[in-house]
Amino acid sequence: MTLFINYTLNGVSAGVIYAAVALGLVLIWRSTQILNFAQGGMAMFTTYIASTLLQHSFGYWEALVVALVAGLALGAATERVLIRPVEGRSPIDAVIVAIGFLIFIEALAGAIWGSDLRAFPAPFRQVGYVLAGHPLAFTPFDLFVVGSVLLLMALMLVLFRFTAVGLRMRASAFAPEVARLLGVRVKRMLTLGWALAAMAGALAGVFIAPKVFLSPNYMDSILIYGFTAAIVGGLESPVGSLVGGLVTGLALSYVGGYVGESFEPTGALGLLVVVLMARPSGLFSRVQPRRV
Amino acid sequence: MISRDLVVEELSASYGAIRALNSVSFSVPEATITAVLGANGAGKTTLLRTITGLVHPSGGSASFGGVKLTGRPPEDVVRCGVAHVPEGRGVIQELTVEENLRLGGLYRRDRADLKVAVDEVYEMFPPLKERSRRSVFTLSGGERQMLAIGRALVARPKVLLLDEPSLGLAPRVTTRIMALLRDLVASDRLTVLLVEQNARSALSIADRAVVLGLGRVVMEGAAAEVAADEGLRHHYLGY
Repeated sequence: MTLFINYTLNGVSAGVIYAAVALGLVLIWRSTQILNFAQGGMAMFTTYIASTLLQHSFGYWEALVVALVAGLALGAATERVLIRPVEGRSPIDAVIVAIGFLIFIEALAGAIWGSDLRAFPAPFRQVGYVLAGHPLAFTPFDLFVVGSVLLLMALMLVLFRFTAVGLRMRASAFAPEVARLLGVRVKRMLTLGWALAAMAGALAGVFIAPKVFLSPNYMDSILIYGFTAAIVGGLESPVGSLVGGLVTGLALSYVGGYVGESFEPTGALGLLVVVLMARPSGLFSRVQPRRV
Repeated sequence: MISRDLVVEELSASYGAIRALNSVSFSVPEATITAVLGANGAGKTTLLRTITGLVHPSGGSASFGGVKLTGRPPEDVVRCGVAHVPEGRGVIQELTVEENLRLGGLYRRDRADLKVAVDEVYEMFPPLKERSRRSVFTLSGGERQMLAIGRALVARPKVLLLDEPSLGLAPRVTTRIMALLRDLVASDRLTVLLVEQNARSALSIADRAVVLGLGRVVMEGAAAEVAADEGLRHHYLGY
C-alpha cells in the first residue's frame, strides 16, 4: 500500500512537470497550428541561463525569475524571427524549422556551457515527508513544484477567460481572419502565445533540473512525455494539459514502479495508443476526430 | 470640411491569373446606403475584401474621408472607422455572445464607452441580451446576423460594409435588419455599402446602386434608376 501511495505521489510531482511542458505545446498549437519540437530545447537554454547566474552568486529566486523572463523573450524572438516566415505554409515547413532550431540550440548550449552534467539546486529540502513513520516519496520541493504549476495553470485560465488580452488571443486562435477584421493584431497575439509557452517551458526546465541534472539534451525525454501529456489532454486547454500531465505522470510512475523502470517509455507509448484508439481527440477536447 | 465619402478608384484585384476586379470606380456618399449587385462571381465579395485589406489590390485604391485604406492590413482599416461584416457572418463559435460583442470594440481604449456600446446593441437586438452568456451555438441564423452586425457596430464605425446579410435568412428577418440599417443611417450618419445577391430587397432600401459584371462596373446610379432599368435587371440581376 505504501508503495502505491509513493508511486502516486511520484506520478503527481512528475506529472505537473509534463503538464507545464504540455501547456506550452498547447498554447503554440492552438495559436499557430505548429507542434513546437524545440520546446524542450528552449527550456534547457533558459535553465542554463539560470544556472550561470547561480554560479555567479545570484540567489535561486532571482535566477528563477530571470529564467522565466528569458523564456518570454526567447519565445517571442523565436516566433518573430524563425516561425513567422513559415506560419500559414505547409505544416512540414514549421516542423523542419522547429527541429532545426532544436539541433541548433542544443549545439549552442554545448558550445557555451559544455556537455558535462551539471547539478542544479532546489530551494527547498529534497527529503521526503514522513507520515506515521512511513517515509513518503514527496518532498517540500515537490510540494512547491506542484503548487507553482497549479498557480501557473490558474493564472493562464484567468488570463484567457477574464482579460481583454486573453479574449484577443482566443479569437486569434479560433478565427484569425475575423479577428483581424475586428481590429485584433493577430500577429502580436501569436508572438505572445509563443512567449507564454516558452515561459511555461522555462518553469518546467528549472523545476526538473535538480532531479535529472542539467545537460544540453536533458529535456529531450521530458519533451516526449510532455507531448504525450498534451495529446492525452486534448491539445486544447490549460485544464487539458494539467489532466493530461497528471494522467501521463501517474501512468509512467505505475509502469515504472510495478513493471520496471526501463518500461517507462513503453508505458508512454501504450498510453498514447489507448487514448488515440478510445478517444482520439484527447480527454478534454471538443474537436471531432477525422477518420482517414 | 473633409468629405466623409467612401471612394473607390480604379480598383483592381486578381486571384492568380484571374482578374476578379477590373478598374472598379464608384463612390458612396456619407450617410447613404449603396448596394453592390451582380451575379455570383461578379466580384462583389472580392470588392469588400480588397477595400478592407484581406485581399491585396493589383491597382487603384479605396479611401475614406481622404484617408487611403488600401495598402493597410485589415486591423488598421478598422481603426480608420471602416467595419466589415464578412460573408457567412464570421461569428466566432467558441466564444459567448457577449465575448463576440466585446471583441468588436477592444481595439479602442475607451472601455467605459465599450460597455455603453454593447448595451446599445442589446437594446437594438433583445434576443442577444437574453443569450449574452451563452455560446453562439444556440443562436438562429437571424440572431447570428444580428450578432455579426452588432459586433461591427460596437466600435462605432463610420462606414459599414456588409457581405450578403440576407443569406439564409427568412424574408421577415431580412426586412427587419434592413429597416434597422436605415435607422442607423438616419440617426448616426452611418455610411453603408451592402453587397447582396437578393437585388430586389437591396434596391428597396438603398439610395444608390453599383452593378458589377465580371469584375467591372456595369452601371452606377440612384437605386430607383437601376431598379427601373429592365434590361439591366434581367441581364445582371436575374429578375
